[in-house]
Amino acid sequence: MKSGSNLEKVLQAGHFAFTGELGPPRGAHADEVRKKAAHLKDRVDSVNITDNQTAVVRMASWAACLLLIQEGIEPNYQMVCRDRNRLAMQADILGASALGIRNMLCLSGDHCQFGDHPTAKGVFDIDSMQLIGMVKQMRDEGKFLSGAEVDGKPQIFIGAASNPFADPFEWRVHRLAKKVKAGVDFIQTQCIYNMPKFREFIHQANDMGLTEKVYILAGITPMKSLGMAKYMKAKVPGMDVPDEIITRLQGVARDKQSEEGIKIALEQIAELKEMKGVAGVHLMAIEWEHRVPEIAERAGMLPRPAMN
Amino acid sequence: MIVAKRKPFDEIMDLTKDYKKILLVGCGTCVAVCLAGGEKEVAVLAAELEMGRRLKDNPVELGSVTLERQCDREYLAQLDKTAGDYDALVSMACGVGIQFLAERFPNIPVFPAVDTCGLAVNQDVGWYEERCRSCGRCVLGLTGGICPVTMCAKGLYNGPCGGTNKGNCEISADQPCAWNAIYDRLKAQGRLDCILELSLAQEWKDTTPRTLLQPGYKKPEKAKA
Repeated sequence: MKSGSNLEKVLQAGHFAFTGELGPPRGAHADEVRKKAAHLKDRVDSVNITDNQTAVVRMASWAACLLLIQEGIEPNYQMVCRDRNRLAMQADILGASALGIRNMLCLSGDHCQFGDHPTAKGVFDIDSMQLIGMVKQMRDEGKFLSGAEVDGKPQIFIGAASNPFADPFEWRVHRLAKKVKAGVDFIQTQCIYNMPKFREFIHQANDMGLTEKVYILAGITPMKSLGMAKYMKAKVPGMDVPDEIITRLQGVARDKQSEEGIKIALEQIAELKEMKGVAGVHLMAIEWEHRVPEIAERAGMLPRPAMN
Repeated sequence: MIVAKRKPFDEIMDLTKDYKKILLVGCGTCVAVCLAGGEKEVAVLAAELEMGRRLKDNPVELGSVTLERQCDREYLAQLDKTAGDYDALVSMACGVGIQFLAERFPNIPVFPAVDTCGLAVNQDVGWYEERCRSCGRCVLGLTGGICPVTMCAKGLYNGPCGGTNKGNCEISADQPCAWNAIYDRLKAQGRLDCILELSLAQEWKDTTPRTLLQPGYKKPEKAKA
């Protein structure tokens, strides 16, 4: 065991993992975190806590992680390279481990330009790939990035993101291979809508032996409406929403669109469960935490395995 | 070359409003080429200031001079006899020249009339694009001659990130994704192996003021006057 996290145990035992996501509030109300978290409790193996997502200031990821631990839910601490240098990152990694956080997701972070402080200075002292290597070095070698000894190694299950759809498509699997080489334990992918392209990506990852070295959790975000699908297709960089998804949502009445979005997600999950090389699903129900219990139930993900 | 942009007129007016006799000092090198602070731009600023101050009932006496370079002592020395006649200097050189001018005349207030904007190529008359952040650790040999530090909005060494968008950067459809371009160029050259290896955390060389001493040269005991 590298970290002893619930997520690591679930994956290592060969269960099909199911993880969720929660965005911290833009304020100091702990109850907002608890309220959202209640929908996820016992429905997922671990909950990603976003880190100033879309470059908008929110309650610190590590703090919201602690609130989840208090509620008996395992968090996955997201950390972006945009807001901290290597000193702050290593300090936060030690603090997170000391307080019982056992999973981390290492990300570059959206550019400040997208957020609420568009002229802020992006730090990017190290990149996401280098962050993976840094956490691994601290955990496995007991050394800081500087080479100095860590007195008390952090126990962290190391995650990272992968976008199978961004260009150049043929490079994506090689960038995944670089993350594996850097020492990542699990991957959560960008939201998948283009299943043929995802199949091809996993096929390549299988061929390169990557899926034997890293657990890949396929990212799923149910479409809440036709408007959301159109927005994601047109406006979100690196997102690949095929016309079929738009057509399907167009084909139902407005008040049935969210149900159709969930149906699409359930069909995807059913296929992903059977796909060689896919170790689980990461459900990003954006501001839709209250629908997770229903989706988990209908996807046949419940009950979640109890690990000791 | 170093490129710069003239500051907004109101800002220059505000910076210098308390001074009655001002010498405008242009620079004949980089900022002249990029049309920000050469002889022509000095003349334009002089005319604007003269009129602006007159309209505010705060007339000013102006002198104008354009040195070959403000980053070289031998050219700054040309002002040794005249600078003292003025109660302020306004420099139209890059940040380097402005500081060297202020260092040369420490008793006279010096004000910038331009904002220095980077190391750029001359795409066309009046159109310049940044290409180098002078990081001190050039990786162009591994990245197909395209700088990820400058041209990637996040300065990533292991790109492209998930925000790459059909050949462009997530920040704008007008900004090419540097890593996409790096990939394309290296692929065409059959050199993708250059970026298959992990690029480790940088030892940044630009976080403290840098001094460059070429091999075979020594600093004099005391800088030459």
